[in-house]
Amino acid sequence: MSAPLVSEPLAIPTEGLGAPIRGPRALDDSWQRFWHLTYNIARSEFKLKFFGSALGYVWQVMRPLLLFGVLYVFFVKIFHVDKATGDAAKFYGAQLLGSIVLFTFFNEAATGAVRSVVDRETLVRKIQFPRLAIPISVVLLAAFNLGLNLVVVLIFAVISGVRPMLSWLELPLIIAMVALLATGVSMLLSALFVRFRDIQPIWEVFAQILFYSSPVIIPVEKVREALIHGQRHIVTVAGVRHITFRHVELYHFLYHLYMLNPLVTVFQQFRHAMVNHATLSAGQALGSWVALLEPLALVAIIFVLGFWVFNREAPHIAEDL
Amino acid sequence: MTSDEQRSTQGRPALAAQAVHKRFKIPEERSHTLKERALHPLRRSRHEELYALKDISFAVQPGEFFGIVGRNGSGKSTLLKCLAGIYRADEGQIWCNGRMSTFIELGVGFNPDLAAYDNVALNGIMLGLSPREARARYQRVIEFAELEEFQDLKLKNYSSGMHVRLAFSVAIQVDADILLIDEVLAVGDAAFQQKCFDVFNRMREEGRTIVFVTHDMGAVTRFCHRAMLLERGEMVGIGDPRDVADRYLEIAFGRAAGYEEANVGSARMGDGAARVSDVWLGDDRNERLAVAPQSEPLTLKALVTFNADVRDPAVSLTLLNEHRQPVVVATTVKEQEETGGFRAGEQAVFAFSFHNMLAPGRYHTLLTITHRGEGLDVIDRFAGGLSFVVSGMSNSGGMVEIPVQTDVTRWGAAPAGEAQPAGRPR
Repeated sequence: MSAPLVSEPLAIPTEGLGAPIRGPRALDDSWQRFWHLTYNIARSEFKLKFFGSALGYVWQVMRPLLLFGVLYVFFVKIFHVDKATGDAAKFYGAQLLGSIVLFTFFNEAATGAVRSVVDRETLVRKIQFPRLAIPISVVLLAAFNLGLNLVVVLIFAVISGVRPMLSWLELPLIIAMVALLATGVSMLLSALFVRFRDIQPIWEVFAQILFYSSPVIIPVEKVREALIHGQRHIVTVAGVRHITFRHVELYHFLYHLYMLNPLVTVFQQFRHAMVNHATLSAGQALGSWVALLEPLALVAIIFVLGFWVFNREAPHIAEDL
Repeated sequence: MTSDEQRSTQGRPALAAQAVHKRFKIPEERSHTLKERALHPLRRSRHEELYALKDISFAVQPGEFFGIVGRNGSGKSTLLKCLAGIYRADEGQIWCNGRMSTFIELGVGFNPDLAAYDNVALNGIMLGLSPREARARYQRVIEFAELEEFQDLKLKNYSSGMHVRLAFSVAIQVDADILLIDEVLAVGDAAFQQKCFDVFNRMREEGRTIVFVTHDMGAVTRFCHRAMLLERGEMVGIGDPRDVADRYLEIAFGRAAGYEEANVGSARMGDGAARVSDVWLGDDRNERLAVAPQSEPLTLKALVTFNADVRDPAVSLTLLNEHRQPVVVATTVKEQEETGGFRAGEQAVFAFSFHNMLAPGRYHTLLTITHRGEGLDVIDRFAGGLSFVVSGMSNSGGMVEIPVQTDVTRWGAAPAGEAQPAGRPR
């Protein structure tokens, strides 16, 4: 005869067992595993895109190029956005393409991350792994694409006459700043989307606004010109035109707001350091180098906020899906 | 006491859970959008709390094959997910000593557009291997899965069987100390299932700790050293797999019985000269059994109340299985044609005894009393008086489990030059 079933909860000797397991988290103790996972998820996605269709690479490069073509014809050939900025107008094309590529990186990372956790539902519900690997792998995939696209930008820049400069060494810093911002936004959006499904359309509209309010098309100088003095008011008295400026405070505030967007700093510095030294540097556009701390602080805040939200949601993502 | 209990007092368990609770919130109306939140900022989202797990404590020793069984919705998969670190327990603690690997589903993260190599590498990494280990094991994986010729194919071109084979092969290459397995055996054909069982046996012999969630009682009794039964999130008991399996069958089938009894009984036929007033399983009316163990003597009894004088009534018993197919038909006519005369108001117990060779499952009784003669002169026909469960491990798929002897005799001379078969003919 076998022993009868024990129906009372057994007292489990718990001493000497060490720390109990902590359940699902954004990150676990092994950075190595986190990196392996993130890298390999991104790599297999990249492989799919690259080898999935015969023209994989071509499409990846064509997208920003096509956008560039349309914007270039429209804004340069028809509306001459690049004119009237003097020497700074040189190499507008290279700057436009570079900014488009950088923005594409940001957008692919952030917009791609929104649905990422929900789309990888089976993974989240069936396997224990650091949850943060999912949105970060989206950012990494976008970074792979950025690498490819930058090659095209380089070729284009050299053809248009841009010569190598020592300030090209700033490129990693510029990319790091976009990457940090993109990572912060990715963590925030992917965690929130699990609970609020209308994050996606809201974000898509917001991304559009970001695109047009960043100096991708319209150079910072133009915006500065329009806003720095205040509203231009022309009065003709006895045949003499008097120009006065109104709402100076408000316009300064608007300019400040515009410059707060970290992407403005990034694109402007990209333009200054990579393409044309005659343009304003980010520091100059902001007024002083100290003011650069403002967009940098914003990037840091978004990153920390994104991580905090994701970390808070991570333990119960598997249940909320 | 038993060796299991002695074992649990010494050494560190491989896996231990203490007072684990898990609640799920079931919102009455789930606000899935920011808009709803914004429009009703003050409305607290009301929700019911459902206890998926209540106060679960147990310890699994290193090298133990531990089964977790229960019906659908009993919380067994939730428990596994808590152990695996996929869900966080709301209360209580879980300890784990050693590298753990979870198979809740085979081939998680397989991408249909990639070839076997990439999928094996990615899946291996997800299951906890380093990329180098995952790549180094690729050859073994593909060999075990018997997919050497198909390795360059994209996964979407695999048959479902090939898919499962590949996934299982990856899973067993992950050399974890503790394996959490959730009914992966439910997939694949018979040959592949056998292969899985072989692997489990091997792992058992290698001394790996395995926690196995299933409702296949055959597998539980075959592999597990100990098993735990869950019902509605609560632990019913821990113990010998056989006892657990019996209790499981009792719970799984026992609950439906009341419903059946309440529903049947209306379709009674016959002239009413006698009525079957009760049917039970066992020798004693006071100790009613709900489960009849396989390969043991079984007695079914029917209490008949006579409303009129009846001479030599014939009582027959039909046992119907879950599909309402008659499996056993027994009648008193065969054994004793003359059952005797009964007066009105008299009661008698008719017993049917046989050696239980029924396949495991649920059975219903149908009792018929007829006047002596052609057998069409029905006094009473009583369906659904009793339903009971046959418990047992022997389930070949037939309706009954009759002991069968097999024998092989060579017919004629063996063709020259052919290798001797491995099996010896008796």
